[in-house]
Amino acid sequence: MSSLTVQPDRPTKPKSRSRRLPNTSLLTAPSIIALLLWMIVPLVMTVWFSFQRYNLINPTLRGFAGFANYTQLLTSGALWSSIVVTLILVGSVLAITIGLGTLLAVLFNEEFWGRGIARILAISPFFVMPTVSALIWKNLLMHPVNGLFAFFTRSIGLGAIDWFAQFPLFSVILIVSWEWLPFALLILLTAIQSLDQEQVEAARMDGAKSIATFRFITLPHLSRAIAVVAMIETIFLLTIFAEIFVTTAGGPGQATTNLAYLIYIKALLDFDVGGASAGGLIAVVLANIVAIFLMRLVAKNLET
Amino acid sequence: MATQPATQTNRKLYRKLWLTLLGWAVGLLLFFPVFWMFLTSFKTEVDAVSAVPQLFFQPTLENYTEIQDRANYFNFAMNSIVISIGSTLLVLLLGVPAAYAMAFFPTKGTKGTLLWMLSTKMLPSVGVLVPIYILFRNSSLLDTRIGLILIYTLINLPIAVWMIYTFFKDVPKEILEAGRMDGAKTRQELFHVLLPLALPGIASTALLCIILAWNEAFWSINLTTTNATPLTAFIASFSSPQGLFWAKLSAASSLAIAPILIFGWMSQRQLVRGLTFGAVK
Repeated sequence: MSSLTVQPDRPTKPKSRSRRLPNTSLLTAPSIIALLLWMIVPLVMTVWFSFQRYNLINPTLRGFAGFANYTQLLTSGALWSSIVVTLILVGSVLAITIGLGTLLAVLFNEEFWGRGIARILAISPFFVMPTVSALIWKNLLMHPVNGLFAFFTRSIGLGAIDWFAQFPLFSVILIVSWEWLPFALLILLTAIQSLDQEQVEAARMDGAKSIATFRFITLPHLSRAIAVVAMIETIFLLTIFAEIFVTTAGGPGQATTNLAYLIYIKALLDFDVGGASAGGLIAVVLANIVAIFLMRLVAKNLET
Repeated sequence: MATQPATQTNRKLYRKLWLTLLGWAVGLLLFFPVFWMFLTSFKTEVDAVSAVPQLFFQPTLENYTEIQDRANYFNFAMNSIVISIGSTLLVLLLGVPAAYAMAFFPTKGTKGTLLWMLSTKMLPSVGVLVPIYILFRNSSLLDTRIGLILIYTLINLPIAVWMIYTFFKDVPKEILEAGRMDGAKTRQELFHVLLPLALPGIASTALLCIILAWNEAFWSINLTTTNATPLTAFIASFSSPQGLFWAKLSAASSLAIAPILIFGWMSQRQLVRGLTFGAVK
């Protein structure tokens, strides 16, 4: 409070302004308090539960567990395999969406007939709810008997492929990439549009080929936007849930169980609150490592 | 001499033609799954599961009428509408004053506060699923619209504050100064000068919040069972074997995504700013 009224660096502030200042803390307080509670309360509870023996359907089994939940989690193969699945999922989707997204952003930056409509069609998957996109792909496209892909692969003599049984993780990656490619495209296209066209023209006058202009002018210009896309996507992709829930339910075996799905199984199917909380904390730590980079990037942007 | 410009325009024309073909191919390819679902929603169940895809068929509307009869589709849609609009209103109620204060009366702590708010977005939902589930169970918020409204408000609040903050920042200072010189009171300033200027920005923020709340699936699947189930979780229930009605699934899905798809098309420009917290312009 006192920091609001004391302004040593600007002693000649207009009176009307300083009179209004105390009010502004009233305006920000509700948001700050709500978010503070949202951040602290569940996190403290998660930490607390992670050291407890706590099963939702067996109330007699209670008490301090020490690090038992953690050691159990760390020694069982499930955690490690789920972290590996998480990292493969995040890594491949990032590579696909940013790689293709950059190329498509260059394409949609060029002028052609009906560009507006073509672009709107291309970004549409991003607005489709994850459960719907997962079900379309699972049933209408990738179904081994009646799916459209099965029809195509049969037509060229490959026979029907049971995508979710034979290539489970690849199938999930394909669906998630389809959902997130439009996001990368949209952000990178916006970034390209702020590129100085005179610079590009000048390079062209000097005889630079389009590949060279892309490599030495467009790509460096995009580096910041690419970093933003990578960070934001990573935060969402680390906790992909609905697509796995709807298509493979984590299977076959553990093939598509990522960290988010493992915690869901522990918490709401096994009712093991302690174990799920320990897993949850590991997810929080993973996300925070990524978040630190994003915050740096945004903080830099805030200076200007 | 005269042919030189002609070949050049010819080359330009060819280039544009190729780009048009390529651009449309990409657009149609990415949109295809949505189009195919939409098409399937007008097929009979027999046509829908046919191993040879039916491109030409006798269209029927029966799927659209039957999803209401069988599953009381209207209830789920109503949950989605109430929850996404309710949380969006709450977000604006909390977020607009905060963004206003931070944009026009910044203090030393403002930058830190903004970044801290953003940092709450980094908390992965799975990390706090267990405590929220238990808190909700103990306060009987499980499977209620209020419960989901609260969650979605907290999830979207940081994004909304950031978006509105950047829109307020764009309002030219001179206009506000002029109003102040003329002796306008704070409230008048707010309603007659600022709000009309910032209204498009606030509207697109609201649109983004509705889109995000409408499509959210993790919390809706885990915190609802029957009463408050929104469309995301309702559609997810089709993944069980007994729900295998592809044409009906397609009809339900088409209805579920149509309004948001249109909202998304309308607000794509402003979305970039909101989705990247203003880091890409």
